[in-house]
Amino acid sequence: MDKKTALYDCHVACGGKMVPFAGYILPVQYETGVIKEHMAVRQKAGMFDVSHMGEVLFEGPDALKNLNHILTNDFTNMVDGQVRYSVMCYDNGGCVDDLIVYKYNDEKYFVVVNAANREKDVKWIQEHISGDVKFTDVSDDYSQIALQGPLAHDILSKLCDAEKLPAKYYYFSPEVEVDGVKCIVSQTGYTGESGYEIYMPNEFAPKLWNALLETGKEFGLIPCGLGARDTLRLEAGMPLYGHEMNDSIDPLETGLKFGVKMKKEFIGRDAIEAKGAFTRKRVGLKVTGRGVARENEKVFVGDKEIGWTTSGTHCPFLGYAVAMAILDIDYTEIGTQVEVDIRGRRVSAEVVALPFYKKAN
Amino acid sequence: MTAVSEAAVIKKIHEEAIMNVKENLKYSKSHEWVEEIDATTVKIGLSDFAQHELGDLVFVNLPEVGDTVTAGETFADVESVKAVSDVFSPVTGTVSAINEELLDNPAAINEDPYGAWFVEVKEVSDKEELLDSAAYSKLCEEA
Repeated sequence: MDKKTALYDCHVACGGKMVPFAGYILPVQYETGVIKEHMAVRQKAGMFDVSHMGEVLFEGPDALKNLNHILTNDFTNMVDGQVRYSVMCYDNGGCVDDLIVYKYNDEKYFVVVNAANREKDVKWIQEHISGDVKFTDVSDDYSQIALQGPLAHDILSKLCDAEKLPAKYYYFSPEVEVDGVKCIVSQTGYTGESGYEIYMPNEFAPKLWNALLETGKEFGLIPCGLGARDTLRLEAGMPLYGHEMNDSIDPLETGLKFGVKMKKEFIGRDAIEAKGAFTRKRVGLKVTGRGVARENEKVFVGDKEIGWTTSGTHCPFLGYAVAMAILDIDYTEIGTQVEVDIRGRRVSAEVVALPFYKKAN
Repeated sequence: MTAVSEAAVIKKIHEEAIMNVKENLKYSKSHEWVEEIDATTVKIGLSDFAQHELGDLVFVNLPEVGDTVTAGETFADVESVKAVSDVFSPVTGTVSAINEELLDNPAAINEDPYGAWFVEVKEVSDKEELLDSAAYSKLCEEA
Protein backbone atom coordinates (compact mmCIF):
# COMPACT_ATOMS: atom_id res chain seq x y z
CA MET A 1 0.00 0.00 0.00
CA ASP A 2 1.75 3.19 -1.17
CA LYS A 3 1.95 6.02 1.33
CA LYS A 4 0.79 9.59 0.88
CA THR A 5 3.04 12.47 1.82
CA ALA A 6 1.60 15.29 3.94
CA LEU A 7 1.22 17.28 0.71
CA TYR A 8 -0.97 14.77 -1.15
CA ASP A 9 -4.10 16.92 -1.04
CA CYS A 10 -2.10 19.97 -2.18
CA HIS A 11 -0.96 18.07 -5.27
CA VAL A 12 -4.46 16.98 -6.13
CA ALA A 13 -5.70 20.54 -5.65
CA CYS A 14 -2.95 21.76 -8.00
CA GLY A 15 -4.00 19.24 -10.64
CA GLY A 16 -1.14 16.79 -10.04
CA LYS A 17 -1.03 13.51 -11.98
CA MET A 18 -0.34 11.11 -9.11
CA VAL A 19 1.85 8.04 -9.58
CA PRO A 20 3.51 5.49 -7.27
CA PHE A 21 7.19 6.18 -6.59
CA ALA A 22 9.51 4.67 -3.99
CA GLY A 23 6.56 3.54 -1.88
CA TYR A 24 4.78 6.89 -2.03
CA ILE A 25 2.14 8.49 -4.25
CA LEU A 26 3.61 11.62 -5.82
CA PRO A 27 2.90 13.89 -8.78
CA VAL A 28 4.84 13.02 -11.93
CA GLN A 29 3.64 16.32 -13.38
CA TYR A 30 0.83 18.83 -13.11
CA GLU A 31 -1.37 20.17 -15.92
CA THR A 32 1.56 22.39 -16.91
CA GLY A 33 3.53 19.34 -18.06
CA VAL A 34 7.16 18.32 -17.70
CA ILE A 35 8.59 20.79 -20.20
CA LYS A 36 6.98 23.91 -18.70
CA GLU A 37 7.90 22.74 -15.20
CA HIS A 38 11.51 22.12 -16.23
CA MET A 39 11.75 25.54 -17.89
CA ALA A 40 10.21 27.28 -14.86
CA VAL A 41 13.06 25.99 -12.69
CA ARG A 42 15.68 27.08 -15.22
CA GLN A 43 14.18 30.54 -15.75
CA LYS A 44 12.17 31.47 -12.66
CA ALA A 45 11.35 29.01 -9.88
CA GLY A 46 9.72 25.68 -9.27
CA MET A 47 8.88 23.71 -6.16
CA PHE A 48 8.87 20.00 -5.50
CA ASP A 49 7.47 17.74 -2.80
CA VAL A 50 10.49 15.66 -1.79
CA SER A 51 9.03 14.37 1.46
CA HIS A 52 9.67 10.81 0.37
CA MET A 53 13.41 11.23 0.97
CA GLY A 54 14.79 9.52 4.06
CA GLU A 55 16.43 11.29 6.98
CA VAL A 56 18.55 9.70 9.70
CA LEU A 57 20.48 11.04 12.69
CA PHE A 58 23.89 10.12 14.06
CA GLU A 59 24.38 11.50 17.59
CA GLY A 60 27.04 11.10 20.26
CA PRO A 61 30.81 11.22 20.74
CA ASP A 62 31.39 8.48 18.15
CA ALA A 63 29.10 9.95 15.50
CA LEU A 64 31.96 11.33 13.39
CA LYS A 65 34.00 8.15 13.70
CA ASN A 66 31.09 6.12 12.39
CA LEU A 67 30.37 8.46 9.49
CA ASN A 68 34.00 8.32 8.40
CA HIS A 69 34.02 4.53 8.58
CA ILE A 70 30.71 3.89 6.83
CA LEU A 71 30.81 6.68 4.20
CA THR A 72 33.39 7.43 1.50
CA ASN A 73 33.91 11.13 2.22
CA ASP A 74 35.91 12.60 5.10
CA PHE A 75 33.81 14.63 7.53
CA THR A 76 36.58 15.52 9.95
CA ASN A 77 37.07 19.16 9.02
CA MET A 78 33.44 20.16 8.52
CA VAL A 79 32.21 23.29 10.28
CA ASP A 80 28.84 23.45 12.02
CA GLY A 81 26.20 24.27 9.42
CA GLN A 82 28.05 22.68 6.54
CA VAL A 83 26.64 20.05 4.16
CA ARG A 84 28.74 17.40 2.42
CA TYR A 85 27.90 14.87 -0.29
CA SER A 86 29.05 11.26 0.05
CA VAL A 87 28.58 7.74 -1.16
CA MET A 88 28.11 4.67 1.02
CA CYS A 89 29.79 1.49 -0.26
CA TYR A 90 29.58 -2.24 0.16
CA ASP A 91 32.72 -4.20 1.07
CA ASN A 92 33.27 -4.92 -2.62
CA GLY A 93 33.29 -1.21 -3.50
CA GLY A 94 29.84 -1.19 -5.12
CA CYS A 95 27.46 1.54 -3.97
CA VAL A 96 24.75 1.20 -1.32
CA ASP A 97 23.48 4.77 -1.87
CA ASP A 98 24.55 8.36 -2.31
CA LEU A 99 23.52 10.90 0.31
CA ILE A 100 24.25 14.25 1.92
CA VAL A 101 25.44 14.89 5.48
CA TYR A 102 24.43 17.99 7.47
CA LYS A 103 26.70 18.79 10.43
CA TYR A 104 24.87 20.32 13.38
CA ASN A 105 27.89 19.97 15.67
CA ASP A 106 30.65 17.48 16.48
CA GLU A 107 28.11 15.12 18.05
CA LYS A 108 25.10 15.54 15.77
CA TYR A 109 24.82 14.79 12.05
CA PHE A 110 21.63 14.73 9.95
CA VAL A 111 21.90 12.53 6.86
CA VAL A 112 19.50 12.60 3.89
CA VAL A 113 19.21 9.45 1.78
CA ASN A 114 17.34 8.36 -1.35
CA ALA A 115 13.73 7.43 -0.73
CA ALA A 116 14.04 4.14 -2.60
CA ASN A 117 17.02 3.06 -0.49
CA ARG A 118 15.92 4.20 2.94
CA GLU A 119 15.17 0.79 4.46
CA LYS A 120 18.26 -0.74 2.91
CA ASP A 121 20.44 2.14 4.14
CA VAL A 122 19.08 1.98 7.69
CA LYS A 123 19.73 -1.76 7.85
CA TRP A 124 23.25 -1.40 6.44
CA ILE A 125 24.14 1.36 8.88
CA GLN A 126 22.70 -0.53 11.85
CA GLU A 127 24.88 -3.52 10.93
CA HIS A 128 28.06 -1.42 10.72
CA ILE A 129 27.72 1.09 13.50
CA SER A 130 29.73 0.81 16.76
CA GLY A 131 30.74 2.67 19.87
CA ASP A 132 29.02 5.56 21.62
CA VAL A 133 26.59 6.64 18.94
CA LYS A 134 22.82 6.83 18.70
CA PHE A 135 21.40 6.17 15.23
CA THR A 136 17.75 7.00 14.51
CA ASP A 137 15.56 6.96 11.43
CA VAL A 138 13.61 10.23 11.59
CA SER A 139 12.21 10.10 8.03
CA ASP A 140 8.60 9.97 9.16
CA ASP A 141 9.05 13.14 11.22
CA TYR A 142 9.88 15.39 8.28
CA SER A 143 8.25 16.67 5.13
CA GLN A 144 10.46 18.38 2.60
CA ILE A 145 9.90 20.98 -0.09
CA ALA A 146 12.59 21.85 -2.63
CA LEU A 147 12.38 25.43 -3.94
CA GLN A 148 14.67 25.75 -6.94
CA GLY A 149 15.48 28.36 -9.58
CA PRO A 150 17.07 31.80 -9.98
CA LEU A 151 14.18 33.45 -8.11
CA ALA A 152 14.11 30.96 -5.21
CA HIS A 153 15.95 33.32 -2.84
CA ASP A 154 13.65 36.24 -3.62
CA ILE A 155 10.57 34.11 -2.96
CA LEU A 156 11.82 32.51 0.25
CA SER A 157 13.03 35.87 1.60
CA LYS A 158 9.45 37.10 1.62
CA LEU A 159 8.48 34.38 4.09
CA CYS A 160 11.38 34.56 6.51
CA ASP A 161 14.22 36.70 7.81
CA ALA A 162 16.60 36.42 4.88
CA GLU A 163 19.57 36.95 7.17
CA LYS A 164 18.81 33.58 8.76
CA LEU A 165 19.06 31.71 5.45
CA PRO A 166 22.25 29.77 4.65
CA ALA A 167 24.52 32.15 2.78
CA LYS A 168 26.49 29.66 0.72
CA TYR A 169 25.90 26.59 -1.40
CA TYR A 170 26.08 23.40 0.67
CA TYR A 171 25.41 25.12 3.95
CA PHE A 172 22.29 24.94 6.12
CA SER A 173 20.51 26.75 8.92
CA PRO A 174 19.11 24.37 11.52
CA GLU A 175 16.21 26.61 12.45
CA VAL A 176 14.65 29.27 10.24
CA GLU A 177 11.09 30.47 10.76
CA VAL A 178 9.44 30.26 7.37
CA ASP A 179 5.93 31.70 7.49
CA GLY A 180 6.09 31.17 11.25
CA VAL A 181 7.09 27.49 10.97
CA LYS A 182 10.47 26.37 12.32
CA CYS A 183 12.31 24.67 9.45
CA ILE A 184 15.72 23.33 8.52
CA VAL A 185 16.79 25.18 5.38
CA SER A 186 19.77 24.16 3.25
CA GLN A 187 21.21 25.66 0.11
CA THR A 188 21.15 22.37 -1.75
CA GLY A 189 19.23 20.84 -4.60
CA TYR A 190 19.05 18.35 -7.42
CA THR A 191 18.35 20.61 -10.37
CA GLY A 192 21.55 22.44 -11.27
CA GLU A 193 19.98 25.76 -10.27
CA SER A 194 20.39 27.73 -7.06
CA GLY A 195 17.74 27.06 -4.49
CA TYR A 196 16.81 25.61 -1.16
CA GLU A 197 15.61 22.42 0.42
CA ILE A 198 13.25 23.08 3.32
CA TYR A 199 12.46 20.48 5.99
CA MET A 200 9.43 20.93 8.22
CA PRO A 201 7.23 18.94 10.59
CA ASN A 202 4.57 17.08 8.59
CA GLU A 203 1.63 18.94 10.10
CA PHE A 204 2.89 22.28 8.75
CA ALA A 205 3.83 21.12 5.26
CA PRO A 206 0.54 22.10 3.55
CA LYS A 207 0.63 25.55 5.17
CA LEU A 208 4.15 26.12 3.84
CA TRP A 209 3.37 24.70 0.41
CA ASN A 210 0.43 27.06 0.04
CA ALA A 211 2.35 30.04 1.41
CA LEU A 212 5.18 29.46 -1.07
CA LEU A 213 2.72 28.99 -3.92
CA GLU A 214 0.91 32.21 -3.07
CA THR A 215 4.05 34.27 -2.48
CA GLY A 216 5.78 32.82 -5.52
CA LYS A 217 2.91 33.48 -7.92
CA GLU A 218 4.13 36.95 -8.94
CA PHE A 219 7.58 35.50 -9.59
CA GLY A 220 6.24 32.77 -11.84
CA LEU A 221 6.71 29.91 -9.35
CA ILE A 222 4.89 26.72 -10.27
CA PRO A 223 4.75 23.31 -8.61
CA CYS A 224 6.85 20.68 -10.41
CA GLY A 225 6.68 16.90 -10.42
CA LEU A 226 8.99 13.92 -10.58
CA GLY A 227 9.19 14.10 -14.35
CA ALA A 228 10.81 17.53 -14.29
CA ARG A 229 12.96 16.52 -11.32
CA ASP A 230 14.50 13.81 -13.47
CA THR A 231 15.00 15.90 -16.62
CA LEU A 232 16.56 18.70 -14.57
CA ARG A 233 19.05 16.49 -12.77
CA LEU A 234 19.92 14.69 -16.01
CA GLU A 235 20.48 17.93 -17.90
CA ALA A 236 22.73 19.04 -15.03
CA GLY A 237 24.67 15.77 -15.30
CA MET A 238 23.79 14.66 -11.77
CA PRO A 239 23.89 10.93 -11.05
CA LEU A 240 20.92 8.94 -9.79
CA TYR A 241 21.35 5.81 -7.71
CA GLY A 242 20.19 2.76 -9.58
CA HIS A 243 21.32 4.33 -12.87
CA GLU A 244 24.78 5.94 -12.83
CA MET A 245 25.75 3.99 -9.71
CA ASN A 246 24.53 0.78 -8.15
CA ASP A 247 25.84 -2.18 -6.19
CA SER A 248 28.09 -3.25 -9.06
CA ILE A 249 29.44 0.17 -10.08
CA ASP A 250 31.92 1.84 -7.75
CA PRO A 251 31.81 5.59 -7.05
CA LEU A 252 35.08 6.31 -8.86
CA GLU A 253 33.73 4.73 -12.04
CA THR A 254 30.71 7.01 -11.65
CA GLY A 255 33.11 9.97 -11.52
CA LEU A 256 32.50 10.91 -7.90
CA LYS A 257 36.14 11.30 -6.89
CA PHE A 258 35.30 14.53 -5.04
CA GLY A 259 33.20 12.53 -2.59
CA VAL A 260 35.61 9.62 -2.12
CA LYS A 261 38.64 10.06 0.11
CA MET A 262 40.92 7.14 -0.69
CA LYS A 263 43.48 8.36 1.84
CA LYS A 264 41.24 7.38 4.75
CA GLU A 265 39.73 4.05 5.74
CA PHE A 266 36.12 3.35 4.77
CA ILE A 267 34.03 0.28 3.97
CA GLY A 268 34.84 -0.69 0.39
CA ARG A 269 38.04 1.33 0.10
CA ASP A 270 40.40 -1.64 -0.23
CA ALA A 271 38.26 -3.29 -2.87
CA ILE A 272 38.20 -0.09 -4.95
CA GLU A 273 41.98 0.30 -4.67
CA ALA A 274 42.59 -3.35 -5.56
CA LYS A 275 40.82 -2.80 -8.89
CA GLY A 276 43.73 -0.66 -10.04
CA ALA A 277 43.35 1.51 -13.12
CA PHE A 278 39.87 2.25 -14.48
CA THR A 279 38.39 -0.17 -16.99
CA ARG A 280 35.22 1.85 -17.49
CA LYS A 281 33.83 5.30 -16.66
CA ARG A 282 30.64 7.40 -16.71
CA VAL A 283 30.46 9.82 -19.61
CA GLY A 284 27.97 12.23 -21.08
CA LEU A 285 26.59 11.55 -24.56
CA LYS A 286 24.99 14.06 -26.87
CA VAL A 287 22.68 12.37 -29.39
CA THR A 288 23.62 13.69 -32.84
CA GLY A 289 21.34 11.46 -34.91
CA ARG A 290 17.54 11.21 -34.86
CA GLY A 291 16.18 9.75 -31.66
CA VAL A 292 15.97 9.97 -27.90
CA ALA A 293 18.37 7.70 -26.03
CA ARG A 294 16.96 6.22 -22.81
CA GLU A 295 18.43 4.10 -20.05
CA ASN A 296 19.81 0.59 -20.58
CA GLU A 297 20.54 0.95 -24.26
CA LYS A 298 23.71 -0.59 -25.67
CA VAL A 299 26.46 1.66 -26.95
CA PHE A 300 28.60 0.61 -29.93
CA VAL A 301 31.63 1.69 -31.88
CA GLY A 302 31.29 -0.13 -35.15
CA ASP A 303 30.31 -3.70 -34.25
CA LYS A 304 31.93 -3.55 -30.84
CA GLU A 305 29.67 -3.16 -27.83
CA ILE A 306 31.49 -0.74 -25.51
CA GLY A 307 29.00 0.01 -22.77
CA TRP A 308 25.44 1.01 -21.95
CA THR A 309 23.38 4.10 -21.23
CA THR A 310 22.38 4.68 -17.61
CA SER A 311 19.90 7.51 -18.15
CA GLY A 312 18.65 9.45 -21.14
CA THR A 313 16.06 11.97 -22.17
CA HIS A 314 15.25 14.89 -24.41
CA CYS A 315 16.45 18.01 -22.54
CA PRO A 316 13.80 20.70 -22.48
CA PHE A 317 16.25 23.58 -21.90
CA LEU A 318 19.07 22.47 -24.17
CA GLY A 319 16.65 21.28 -26.85
CA TYR A 320 18.43 18.03 -27.70
CA ALA A 321 18.65 14.49 -26.41
CA VAL A 322 21.41 13.49 -24.01
CA ALA A 323 22.34 10.39 -22.09
CA MET A 324 24.80 9.32 -19.45
CA ALA A 325 26.57 6.06 -20.05
CA ILE A 326 29.20 3.76 -18.58
CA LEU A 327 31.72 3.07 -21.34
CA ASP A 328 34.93 1.06 -21.67
CA ILE A 329 37.76 3.38 -20.72
CA ASP A 330 39.27 3.39 -24.23
CA TYR A 331 36.20 5.18 -25.58
CA THR A 332 35.68 7.85 -22.94
CA GLU A 333 37.61 10.71 -24.51
CA ILE A 334 35.55 13.79 -25.33
CA GLY A 335 34.63 13.80 -28.99
CA THR A 336 34.53 10.01 -29.39
CA GLN A 337 31.85 9.09 -31.92
CA VAL A 338 29.59 6.23 -30.85
CA GLU A 339 26.22 4.74 -31.68
CA VAL A 340 23.38 3.99 -29.29
CA ASP A 341 21.01 1.12 -30.05
CA ILE A 342 17.62 2.78 -29.67
CA ARG A 343 14.96 0.09 -30.00
CA GLY A 344 16.82 -1.70 -32.78
CA ARG A 345 18.10 1.40 -34.60
CA ARG A 346 21.71 2.60 -34.34
CA VAL A 347 21.67 6.33 -33.63
CA SER A 348 24.85 8.38 -33.64
CA ALA A 349 26.02 10.15 -30.50
CA GLU A 350 29.15 11.86 -29.27
CA VAL A 351 30.99 11.80 -25.93
CA VAL A 352 30.74 15.28 -24.39
CA ALA A 353 31.85 16.87 -21.13
CA LEU A 354 29.64 16.75 -18.07
CA PRO A 355 27.58 18.56 -17.00
CA PHE A 356 25.50 19.14 -20.12
CA TYR A 357 24.07 22.29 -18.55
CA LYS A 358 25.62 24.64 -16.03
CA LYS A 359 23.86 27.67 -14.59
CA ALA A 360 25.20 31.07 -15.58
CA ASN A 361 26.99 32.02 -12.38
CA MET B 1 -25.46 19.20 -2.49
CA THR B 2 -28.24 21.21 -4.07
CA ALA B 3 -29.64 20.09 -7.43
CA VAL B 4 -28.00 23.06 -9.18
CA SER B 5 -24.50 22.48 -7.82
CA GLU B 6 -24.77 18.73 -8.39
CA ALA B 7 -25.65 19.34 -12.03
CA ALA B 8 -22.69 21.70 -12.35
CA VAL B 9 -20.34 19.08 -10.93
CA ILE B 10 -21.65 16.42 -13.29
CA LYS B 11 -21.32 18.76 -16.28
CA LYS B 12 -17.72 19.55 -15.34
CA ILE B 13 -16.82 15.88 -14.98
CA HIS B 14 -18.52 15.19 -18.33
CA GLU B 15 -16.64 18.00 -20.06
CA GLU B 16 -13.30 17.02 -18.63
CA ALA B 17 -13.79 13.39 -19.55
CA ILE B 18 -14.78 14.01 -23.15
CA MET B 19 -11.90 16.28 -24.02
CA ASN B 20 -12.22 17.29 -27.61
CA VAL B 21 -13.74 14.65 -29.87
CA LYS B 22 -14.32 15.67 -33.49
CA GLU B 23 -17.67 14.50 -34.77
CA ASN B 24 -16.86 13.73 -38.42
CA LEU B 25 -13.99 11.35 -37.60
CA LYS B 26 -13.84 7.71 -36.65
CA TYR B 27 -11.74 6.40 -33.77
CA SER B 28 -9.86 3.26 -32.82
CA LYS B 29 -9.89 1.82 -29.32
CA SER B 30 -6.20 2.71 -29.07
CA HIS B 31 -7.04 6.41 -29.50
CA GLU B 32 -6.08 7.03 -33.10
CA TRP B 33 -8.49 9.08 -35.25
CA VAL B 34 -9.30 8.13 -38.84
CA GLU B 35 -10.49 10.53 -41.54
CA GLU B 36 -12.12 8.59 -44.37
CA ILE B 37 -11.17 10.55 -47.48
CA ASP B 38 -12.72 8.03 -49.85
CA ALA B 39 -13.53 4.32 -49.86
CA THR B 40 -9.87 3.26 -49.89
CA THR B 41 -8.00 6.32 -48.60
CA VAL B 42 -7.67 7.49 -45.01
CA LYS B 43 -5.66 9.91 -42.91
CA ILE B 44 -4.60 8.87 -39.40
CA GLY B 45 -3.67 10.87 -36.30
CA LEU B 46 -3.85 10.80 -32.50
CA SER B 47 -6.90 11.98 -30.58
CA ASP B 48 -6.99 14.80 -28.05
CA PHE B 49 -7.40 12.21 -25.30
CA ALA B 50 -4.21 10.47 -26.47
CA GLN B 51 -2.08 13.61 -26.66
CA HIS B 52 -3.24 14.65 -23.23
CA GLU B 53 -2.31 11.26 -21.76
CA LEU B 54 1.10 11.26 -23.46
CA GLY B 55 2.11 14.74 -22.35
CA ASP B 56 4.53 17.03 -24.15
CA LEU B 57 5.80 15.21 -27.25
CA VAL B 58 9.39 15.77 -28.30
CA PHE B 59 9.94 13.21 -31.05
CA VAL B 60 8.04 11.31 -33.73
CA ASN B 61 9.12 8.32 -35.81
CA LEU B 62 7.10 7.93 -39.01
CA PRO B 63 7.16 5.20 -41.66
CA GLU B 64 8.21 5.97 -45.20
CA VAL B 65 6.05 6.54 -48.26
CA GLY B 66 5.51 3.15 -49.86
CA ASP B 67 5.63 1.20 -46.58
CA THR B 68 2.81 -1.22 -45.81
CA VAL B 69 0.79 -0.71 -42.67
CA THR B 70 -1.31 -3.44 -41.10
CA ALA B 71 -4.50 -3.02 -39.09
CA GLY B 72 -3.81 -3.44 -35.38
CA GLU B 73 -0.03 -3.19 -35.70
CA THR B 74 2.27 -0.30 -34.87
CA PHE B 75 3.34 1.93 -37.70
CA ALA B 76 4.86 4.89 -35.84
CA ASP B 77 5.95 5.94 -32.38
CA VAL B 78 5.89 9.15 -30.41
CA GLU B 79 8.16 10.16 -27.58
CA SER B 80 7.36 12.37 -24.66
CA VAL B 81 10.10 13.57 -22.36
CA LYS B 82 9.53 10.51 -20.21
CA ALA B 83 8.73 7.63 -22.51
CA VAL B 84 8.06 6.29 -25.98
CA SER B 85 4.61 5.09 -27.06
CA ASP B 86 3.54 3.08 -30.06
CA VAL B 87 0.93 4.36 -32.48
CA PHE B 88 -1.25 1.65 -34.02
CA SER B 89 -2.64 1.57 -37.53
CA PRO B 90 -6.40 1.13 -37.67
CA VAL B 91 -6.18 0.01 -41.31
CA THR B 92 -4.19 -2.16 -43.71
CA GLY B 93 -2.84 -0.35 -46.75
CA THR B 94 0.08 1.52 -48.29
CA VAL B 95 1.50 4.79 -46.96
CA SER B 96 0.98 7.41 -49.68
CA ALA B 97 2.06 10.51 -47.73
CA ILE B 98 3.67 11.38 -44.41
CA ASN B 99 3.34 14.64 -42.51
CA GLU B 100 6.97 15.80 -42.50
CA GLU B 101 6.07 18.82 -40.38
CA LEU B 102 5.68 16.48 -37.40
CA LEU B 103 9.31 15.42 -37.67
CA ASP B 104 10.45 18.96 -36.91
CA ASN B 105 7.57 19.99 -34.70
CA PRO B 106 6.18 17.08 -32.68
CA ALA B 107 4.54 19.59 -30.33
CA ALA B 108 1.94 20.16 -33.09
CA ILE B 109 0.37 16.87 -31.99
CA ASN B 110 -0.29 18.36 -28.56
CA GLU B 111 -1.38 21.75 -29.88
CA ASP B 112 -3.63 20.59 -32.71
CA PRO B 113 -4.18 16.82 -32.52
CA TYR B 114 -6.81 16.73 -35.26
CA GLY B 115 -4.75 18.87 -37.62
CA ALA B 116 -1.50 16.97 -36.94
CA TRP B 117 -2.09 14.00 -39.28
CA PHE B 118 0.64 11.33 -39.27
CA VAL B 119 0.13 9.48 -42.55
CA GLU B 120 -2.20 9.15 -45.48
CA VAL B 121 -2.87 5.52 -46.40
CA LYS B 122 -4.18 4.35 -49.79
CA GLU B 123 -5.33 0.95 -51.06
CA VAL B 124 -7.03 0.32 -47.75
CA SER B 125 -8.02 -3.33 -47.75
CA ASP B 126 -8.87 -3.95 -44.10
CA LYS B 127 -10.12 -1.84 -41.24
CA GLU B 128 -10.30 -2.48 -37.51
CA GLU B 129 -13.61 -2.00 -35.80
CA LEU B 130 -13.86 1.80 -35.59
CA LEU B 131 -15.97 3.86 -33.24
CA ASP B 132 -17.99 6.92 -34.15
CA SER B 133 -17.47 10.07 -32.13
CA ALA B 134 -20.27 9.31 -29.67
CA ALA B 135 -19.01 5.80 -28.94
CA TYR B 136 -15.43 7.07 -28.65
CA SER B 137 -16.49 9.82 -26.24
CA LYS B 138 -18.06 7.16 -24.08
CA LEU B 139 -14.87 5.08 -24.21
CA CYS B 140 -12.84 8.06 -23.03
CA GLU B 141 -15.28 8.82 -20.23
CA GLU B 142 -14.95 5.32 -18.91
CA ALA B 143 -11.15 5.35 -19.13
